[in-house]
Amino acid sequence: MSKQAKVIEIEEVAIRFSGDSGDGMQLAGTLFSDTSALYGNDVSTFPDYPAEVRAPQGTIGGVSGFQVHFGHTQINTPGDYCDVLVAMNPAALKANIRWVKPDGIIIYDADQFDAKNIEKAGYKGDPFLEEDVTGIQVISAPISNLTKESLKDIGLDQKSILRCKNMFALGIVSWLYDRPLEHAVSFFNKKFATKPLLVEANTKVLYDGYYYAETIEAFTSNFKVKPAEIEKGTYRSINGNAAVAWGMMAAAEKADLQLFCGSYPITPATGILEELAARKDLRVKTFQAEDEIAGICTAIGASFAGSLAVTTTSGPGLALKGEAIGLAVMTELPLVIVDVQRGGPSTGLPTKTEQSDLMQALYGRNGESPVVVMAASTPSNCFDYAYMACKIAIEHMTPVILLTDGFLANGTEPWRIPDLNDFPDIKVPRVAPDTQNWQPYARDPETLVRTWAIPGTHGMEHRLGSLEKMNITGTVSYVPENHELMSHIRENKVQKVARDIPPLEIVGDEDADLLIIGWGGTYGHLVTALIEVRREGHKVALTQFNYIYPLPTNTREILGRFKKLLVCEINLGQFANYLRMQHPEYPYRKFNKIMGLPFTVKDLKEAILRNLED
Amino acid sequence: MQQLKPEDFKSDQMVRWCAGCGDHAILSSVLKALPQIGYKHEDVVFVSGIGCSSRFPYYVNTYGFHGIHGRAMAVASGVKTSNPNLCVWIITGDGDGLAIGGNHFIHLVRRDIDVNLILFNNRIYGLTKGQYSPTSKQGSVTKTSPYGTIEQPFKPGGITIGANGTFFARTIDSTPKISTEILLEAAKHKGTSITEVLQNCVIYNDQTFGDITDRDNRDDRIIMLKHGEPMIFGKNQDKGLLMKDNELHVVHLGENGISEKDLLVHDAHTEFAGIHLLLANMDYPKYPVALGVIRACEAPKSYDVKMEEQIEVIHEKSKIHTIHDLMYSGSTWEVK
Ligand SMILES: Cc1ncc(C[n+]2csc(CCOP(=O)(O)OP(=O)(O)O)c2C)c(N)n1
Ligand code: SF4
Ligand SMILES: [Mg+2]
Repeated sequence: MSKQAKVIEIEEVAIRFSGDSGDGMQLAGTLFSDTSALYGNDVSTFPDYPAEVRAPQGTIGGVSGFQVHFGHTQINTPGDYCDVLVAMNPAALKANIRWVKPDGIIIYDADQFDAKNIEKAGYKGDPFLEEDVTGIQVISAPISNLTKESLKDIGLDQKSILRCKNMFALGIVSWLYDRPLEHAVSFFNKKFATKPLLVEANTKVLYDGYYYAETIEAFTSNFKVKPAEIEKGTYRSINGNAAVAWGMMAAAEKADLQLFCGSYPITPATGILEELAARKDLRVKTFQAEDEIAGICTAIGASFAGSLAVTTTSGPGLALKGEAIGLAVMTELPLVIVDVQRGGPSTGLPTKTEQSDLMQALYGRNGESPVVVMAASTPSNCFDYAYMACKIAIEHMTPVILLTDGFLANGTEPWRIPDLNDFPDIKVPRVAPDTQNWQPYARDPETLVRTWAIPGTHGMEHRLGSLEKMNITGTVSYVPENHELMSHIRENKVQKVARDIPPLEIVGDEDADLLIIGWGGTYGHLVTALIEVRREGHKVALTQFNYIYPLPTNTREILGRFKKLLVCEINLGQFANYLRMQHPEYPYRKFNKIMGLPFTVKDLKEAILRNLED
Repeated sequence: MQQLKPEDFKSDQMVRWCAGCGDHAILSSVLKALPQIGYKHEDVVFVSGIGCSSRFPYYVNTYGFHGIHGRAMAVASGVKTSNPNLCVWIITGDGDGLAIGGNHFIHLVRRDIDVNLILFNNRIYGLTKGQYSPTSKQGSVTKTSPYGTIEQPFKPGGITIGANGTFFARTIDSTPKISTEILLEAAKHKGTSITEVLQNCVIYNDQTFGDITDRDNRDDRIIMLKHGEPMIFGKNQDKGLLMKDNELHVVHLGENGISEKDLLVHDAHTEFAGIHLLLANMDYPKYPVALGVIRACEAPKSYDVKMEEQIEVIHEKSKIHTIHDLMYSGSTWEVK
């Protein structure tokens, strides 16, 4: 710790590391966030990278960012605005300065702010004259040159040396927030186990950055963020995609079924397939198909053959899977379809987040084709909802669409490792082996669920298919009355899932006038806005939907308790329209953003205050 | 195991193909082959797409799955990968397998999943009542080509071999005994087997193969290929195939001093695809049309087997065997 600098204790901090996509900002950010989590803070992070793998160096299009929000209190979002922006070049400054708090700090690599880079970023002259930085503490640090100086005798080429500059930046920020460096060092040791020179170089630069910050007079103080009050347990850091994959593996283990994933890579969903592909040790079978249609069709085949079958995709892929989802509806086979939503339509904004696939999930198929639709709401509860999606699919012999989004998929947070014993059992509706005269479409009268007979089982040979089925026997039927009956049965079967889902809950003031309504991945921002607005003395409540079709059974009752209903979502109002359809008796107000970005708490607070008033 | 008979595989469903449709004969060839394949009844699965031909699974009383148009190959890939112990058959049409499902077809073949595909090639869309298909001859007059088609047809053998296929055979609906023999070979093959059946659609494309199937001339217009035997054909067994200047030639035995020893001997097992491609693509009138097992080369391990093996190896090596192990692996920390 510095001799002169004073230490100030603060509640929470958001730091944004930004630079060229080759500058290693994701790594610097991840190391910082893991260190903070290990230290005992609550943490939430969000990466923001360009769609192009290597956009031209130094341009806005090539800027890669990583925001870490950590605190002594509960942290529900990666933070809208940051306290510190690390800008490794002028483009990073230009792309991110709008996210710096009015009293924030900018640390930039002075060596990269040369005429060429300034021009590439689209500035005419000195960026700090062109941008309004009033109130912001701007710290110029010759990061590139100091990195070179630090490693001049180490015996690495220039390129490899400069690659270490992200660690110099990390060192600076680590001092500023009083973070230990051990975690980063042990990471180097693991990562570069066979390249001791790189371990040495990265470690040295990290420490030199740390001491540089301590020595320069620029920082008058450094800050301490005490550990948060967190529930006891063993923790790890997890993002939404990994959590989805793990939740499905947990369900397979609990149900004692083989997990099969048929999928086709697509941002931002690919991480799920990658995670599952790595888990051969858990006997997961992954099939990287030739397209999304084959992805879901292999999964349907696997489901017919008795696996817990899943397919993972994003909006454009869901569009391709539509017809096959109908096949799973008709054949009444268990299937989980994960849609990690991104900006649309068409290819849209592949790396950005959005909630605009809701209607597609609910209705984007030919015929009356009901499926269960649900949505996870935090990176770590992707685990729980993936587990529940599998449970519902199996127990109700139905396709289930699980919606997450780009924000949840890539956002990370600490996760208290759950005990699988605390998760509900999964009862597989297999045909009892001694069943006589089994009928494929005979149903449980209560749940309307048929039973599952698996190829290889003697005496249960049967044919399923996409043509309309005769109730009970499951043979092909064109009988008009039967089609009507089956249409109702399929609908009612999904409706009956409502009995197995938890009631909707309210956070905040039960006696408020205004109920904020959210669904899926916006929970962290909505609850943060709620907390802040209440702290300012207002009464307000929030409810977040995770089950969308069917809706929780107390939905109507909850909605009826409040005078004003404000539906907030990242689209043009799909959930508001859906609620209007389901419960037309209530008036709905809407707050929508559709910029490919999560909500900001600031915007939400303004919207809430506005709606409280009128 | 008790010996099963063809009737044991017949379902109680009424067969709904038109009278005279080639599909009936293919069904009976399959029913004859099934008891000889050696799988238990409950371990056999038929998967199809959509089309007249794709109704097939309803007529066999094993497990069956009648999917959606073009996707039988993908559904079957999932069935077999999920449970490699099953004996999986794909039933598809020229439209189902080569138009809407063309992409799945080539990828199935490329992966070499151990399934057996029967391609009912009637060169027409039967179920939708007579539009041209990807195998319709150029110039075909159909409901959607009243002035004749202007597109080149696909040759299923060429596609299969082009996609690195390890097994391709051809038969005709009207030669059910040959069909049964070929299907038994197909079933034995470890890898994807493609069997093209030239099938007559009496309603929308009657006699499309008439020039090679008519009783009087067919022996002169088709050649039955048998592994290890010289390529001889003709009513009088007096014609043969030989290779000269990188091209196949039809020759007459006894003419120009040509004798049996000059003829090509069929080697279905060679890896070399060039000759198989030439044989598979032969078309009347320049050549006889080849029937039989044209290519059946020693397949490397099939996809489904390799997947299981990889899982075993990794499972053995890894310390992670439950989700609990996984969740506690890597970087974790304790909050007390
Ligand atoms: C997605 C979709 N597109 C189109 C169709 C209409 N359709 C059904 S079968 C078929 C073609 C069938 O031809 P083929 O595969 O050759 O089978 P065949 O009837 O000749 O045996 C078409 C176009 C469909 N069922 N689904
Ligand atoms: S339309 Fe043609 S292919 Fe279809 S059943 Fe009739 S004859 Fe057979
Ligand atoms: Mg056809």
